[in-house]
Amino acid sequence: MSLSTLITSLTQIYPHDRLLLNDGQLASYESDGLTAYAVRPGAVVLPETAEEVIQTVRLCHQENVPFVARGSGTSLSGASLPIEGGIVIAMNRLNRILKIDTEQRIAVVEAGAINLDVTRAAQPYGLYYAPDPSSQLICTIGGNVAFNSGGAHCLKYGMTSNHVLGIKAVLADGKVVQFGGESLESIGPDLIGLFVGSEGLFGVALEVTLRLLPKAECFHTVLAGYATLEAAGDAVTSIVASGLLPGAIEIMDRLAIEAAEAAVHAGYPQGAQAVLIVELEGPSRQVDSEKIKLTEILKQSGAMEIRVAANETERMAVWKGRKSAFSAVGRLSPDYLVQDGVVPRGKLGEALHRIRRLSEEHGLRVANVFHAGDGNLHPLILYNGRIEGELERAENLAAHIVEMCIEMGGSITGEHGIGMEKREFLPRLFNHDDMTVMKRIRCGMDPKGIANHGKMFPDI
Amino acid sequence: MKMSLKPSTIDELQQCVQQHPRVLARGAGTKSALSRVDATTQIIDMSDIRGIKEYEPNEFTFTALAGTTLAEIDALLAAQGQYLPFDPILMQAGATLGGAVASGLNGSCRLRYGGIRDFLLGVCFVDGTGALIKGGGRVVKNAAGFDLPKLMVGSLGRLGVLTELTLKVFPRPNARLTLRVTCSDLTDAVNKLYQSASSTWELEALDIEPPATLLLRIAGDENALRARAQRIQNRIERPAQVMTDAEEKDYWRSLAEMKWLGKNAILVKVPMTPKRIADFDASLLSYSVMRRYCVAGNLAWLAWPVDRPLDALHTLLLSMDLSGLVVFGPANRIFLGKEISQDLIRRVRKALDPDQRFPEY
Repeated sequence: MSLSTLITSLTQIYPHDRLLLNDGQLASYESDGLTAYAVRPGAVVLPETAEEVIQTVRLCHQENVPFVARGSGTSLSGASLPIEGGIVIAMNRLNRILKIDTEQRIAVVEAGAINLDVTRAAQPYGLYYAPDPSSQLICTIGGNVAFNSGGAHCLKYGMTSNHVLGIKAVLADGKVVQFGGESLESIGPDLIGLFVGSEGLFGVALEVTLRLLPKAECFHTVLAGYATLEAAGDAVTSIVASGLLPGAIEIMDRLAIEAAEAAVHAGYPQGAQAVLIVELEGPSRQVDSEKIKLTEILKQSGAMEIRVAANETERMAVWKGRKSAFSAVGRLSPDYLVQDGVVPRGKLGEALHRIRRLSEEHGLRVANVFHAGDGNLHPLILYNGRIEGELERAENLAAHIVEMCIEMGGSITGEHGIGMEKREFLPRLFNHDDMTVMKRIRCGMDPKGIANHGKMFPDI
Repeated sequence: MKMSLKPSTIDELQQCVQQHPRVLARGAGTKSALSRVDATTQIIDMSDIRGIKEYEPNEFTFTALAGTTLAEIDALLAAQGQYLPFDPILMQAGATLGGAVASGLNGSCRLRYGGIRDFLLGVCFVDGTGALIKGGGRVVKNAAGFDLPKLMVGSLGRLGVLTELTLKVFPRPNARLTLRVTCSDLTDAVNKLYQSASSTWELEALDIEPPATLLLRIAGDENALRARAQRIQNRIERPAQVMTDAEEKDYWRSLAEMKWLGKNAILVKVPMTPKRIADFDASLLSYSVMRRYCVAGNLAWLAWPVDRPLDALHTLLLSMDLSGLVVFGPANRIFLGKEISQDLIRRVRKALDPDQRFPEY
């Protein structure tokens, strides 16, 4: 493999201001949302057209140089960590929204388009793009596709995969493929389903056709305060079991509430050990009847305080607090690790109880802010990387939480993906044969193993 | 001379795959075109690989073996006030869960929450080497490993033999109501379809019955339903009849059972977009084909007359950049029109079926 030959060829495609080579420029690309890892890439290219991406991938294949396609670098699993001796293809300039078709309710966007920009473009027509990761202000659709991103509103409408209709991509060996289309229906194996969440191991998405949804007529957003985190978890179990289907059910614990309050003054109940956010959405008469049922469940679940967002401003404040929680926790601690395990929803209370015990045993604080309705936990393990041994302790605590999720019949990741972070745990969920099949698929798409090498599987 | 292969355990199934050079799994065979094989290929009858392995009503998930009938699952879910929101077709005809996943076919009411792809959480299947492979999981949200469950949707048994499936389900609505709206012509119906699909009405189903009838199904709290229907009627500004209760239920059920098809027809699924309906429908006129546009114009079902050459439909679909899948009826091919992405499929098949034991696409 020859990085220097590749770089020489890249100078034929990119002007010097779009081919970054010096250390100062490369430094900004050496990490992503998982800051515990850093690798300086050999070069970074900033393509402005799909054709440039295709040419770059073909050159990488020819020269056998690994590459990482990177959006905004918000991954919490180290998904866009560069590869030693490889290059980064920074997709941010391919950020055009190519089409909003209001009648068929679809958007066609370039992979570097920002998640929230899709909704912004669709909003004037009463439409929106449903998947809403907390990083939606900056994260890109290409990254969302690669890692099947979720968000607070997955409960009713699913993850990224449930909203992608068509993809144009360049595979790692330079072949350009187009699959899916503009229809909700398809025939043949669901290749969109396979590609979404493949963690960049097949190649680079260039253009994505997305499904847009009409914004609900009416929202009913409730904040309920609880004396214990477990009680909030049990309330979620009751809501799910009741047959209500809210758009979102979220939980934040005391640490997360304090951090969010300090950051954005969302007006969360003070003194509660946990708050539950439940949002009903739909036609107003339907929501009217559902909210009676919800209020009854919340009262019976021992909520100390129940507060309803009176208008859109209050509703947005609730969500701003929730979505800023991760970054707000940064105020509480210089460093933190975010976990993403999933447990069956009936075991939420138990899982939260065990996380608290693990936190005490390890002498590290854990803030919890998560998608309770899906059973998708996000314990934030707070540590100080400057204190000798704290990172190791934090990682050890994280490993215990992951193992607990596996033991409870859940998953090691709900929406952040395997990336760098959870590679050694994947063989705990899947046996040798399962792993072999996944690796054979990877090799079929990328015979040289150059696309996002090292993510999901350490060895190929 | 073909033996009949009817494994009753997963072990036996694995042996069937390993010991025979060409095989294809069949459930109840309700989608006859999809399990028709040539003389060199042996059918594996999956009807003994059945049973519900796990059902947790409070989790809204279940796990069942592939040969389990949808009717059995539906009855079990109904007892707990739950249902399969992708609106399975041919359920009363005896269709199995494995067949529903492998065919990837959904009914009209998949509009509201998604197709079977959107509800499948985990799969086990026997690949072309005879190995038992697991993909996905049992919880409602999972991003670990490649999404093999989705890959199996629509795979038509050609990537592996499904053995076990885990799905999520949703609470069954308390009540439903259907509006039958009479439009002036097809163009008017398509325009009303746009209006309805972009509205906040949260429709369960939105179909066009040519030439000009629009069907809107809503579901939810019984007390709120009438008022919602009234509001839709006011907005849509076309004459509408209301269907409720048994009449309403039977209407949609008999559609999903494909009873409108009549005899001597080949059922073809065509993924569609609403913008193409008018042209497509016009081009079908000379063939006198019964047809229906479902899922807000995203799915067309055609009843192609057996005495018309299927090649004509193939050419027609090709000219409109559409593809079609023959579901049942006498036909010598299953894929029509625009080719599915062969390059990607070749790569996937090489990984899952290196010895080519399953038929090609």
